[in-house]
Amino acid sequence: MIAPKEEKEMAMIEFKNVEKYYDKFHALKNINLKVDKGEVVVVIGPSGSGKSTLIRTINGLEDFTEGQLLVNDYDLADSKTDLNQIRKDVGMVFQHFNLYDNKTVLENIMLAPKLVLKRDPKENKELAMRLLKSVGVADKAESYPRQLSGGQKQRVAIARSLAMKPKALLFDEPTSALDPEMIDDVLNVMKKIATEGMTMVVVTHEMGFAREVADRVIFIDNGEILEDEKADVFFKAPKEKRAQQFLSKIIKH
Amino acid sequence: MINVFMQHWQELLLGFGNTLLCSVIALFFSLVIGSAFAIFEVLPYKVLHIVGRVYIEVFRNIPLLVIGMFFYVVVPQFFVTLDGFTAGTIGLTLYTSAFIAETVRAGIQAVDDGQMEGARANGMTFMQAMWHIILPQAFRYVIPPLGNQFINLVKNSSVLAFVAGFDLMYQGDAIASTTFDTFNTYIVVGILYLIITLPLSYYMRYLEKKLA
Repeated sequence: MIAPKEEKEMAMIEFKNVEKYYDKFHALKNINLKVDKGEVVVVIGPSGSGKSTLIRTINGLEDFTEGQLLVNDYDLADSKTDLNQIRKDVGMVFQHFNLYDNKTVLENIMLAPKLVLKRDPKENKELAMRLLKSVGVADKAESYPRQLSGGQKQRVAIARSLAMKPKALLFDEPTSALDPEMIDDVLNVMKKIATEGMTMVVVTHEMGFAREVADRVIFIDNGEILEDEKADVFFKAPKEKRAQQFLSKIIKH
Repeated sequence: MINVFMQHWQELLLGFGNTLLCSVIALFFSLVIGSAFAIFEVLPYKVLHIVGRVYIEVFRNIPLLVIGMFFYVVVPQFFVTLDGFTAGTIGLTLYTSAFIAETVRAGIQAVDDGQMEGARANGMTFMQAMWHIILPQAFRYVIPPLGNQFINLVKNSSVLAFVAGFDLMYQGDAIASTTFDTFNTYIVVGILYLIITLPLSYYMRYLEKKLA
């Protein structure tokens, strides 16, 4: 038996009846979703289904029209909530990396901790180098993003998010822009982070990763969550017809 | 030519110095004001957009001479006394800042949206992202058009001649009208302008290459 109070403390991210409209387009339909601390949730669905919109509402890059969204106990529906406070604790990794083009790899990682957390310079550099080593790009510390391969860029981007010592990480199709031979390097880094207990929400088409790492799989289509299921159960037999079709399509390729 | 310069070098150097000083002041402040209005235009506040638009359209579309005369004649009449140099420099600053605002805004908009998104998702405020990530990249894009604005600014500082700003053009006019040696005087004046604008133009080109 789980007491309700305890349950509430466990939730890192909680959507309650969230609706989003872009003018007349209904982008998110009655989203109810809870992600507990330490959980890894993979979000899948066809393109245009709303998975990016969903994940981007979590750190306030997208707003929503109705409902409630609690992230790390902050209420995103409240206009007084300081989004920067949420973003300090919830990092994001993007499909197109979004590294700062005018900064070196090391500066990319150190900038936000310096400006936002006022971290001591020496400590900041030590942590940045340690993170770069752990994602395997320490030798590129003084390079600029344009000198890196896609896989290296994405690993730097992951290190940049980790440098904020976040409580949760959001991944928005982190391997979709990568050449096939670089995907595994990035996925391996993500697996390592997952095993270290990070709360993760991952939008991806990498079913192998989902099968191996995810605690839960969310299938979304037309802005609606159609399945929210334990990963092993989902992959064995998705209940929804659209989820079955989607899976059979993407696993074929 | 040498004669004109030898006989009037004191006035000419004074004018040269005033032109240079006016240009440096106007360049600095028009860059600051122009960048501020450029940022107004990319902020998500409608009121600031309107303020920015009005400012830019007003100062961009009125002749510099009218703005200069306004500060030289109208402002002292109703508000504060301004000498010609100050009035002209203020007018030049406001006029140029409108063009610089347009240029910098284009530069900001040329920076990929992902740069701002990455910085905001990383916890930075809008202004931190603007200052550390967006503006450095925006300026790199707009160095060539900014160079044009700067050169125009130096040349436009000749508006001081009309408001008794004792600049290079003013001194040239004075020498020409007393000596009647218009030919040589204006050539000397032209050369003195080139001494400012040519290094400036080469410096901007150097920056463009260095930062590209």
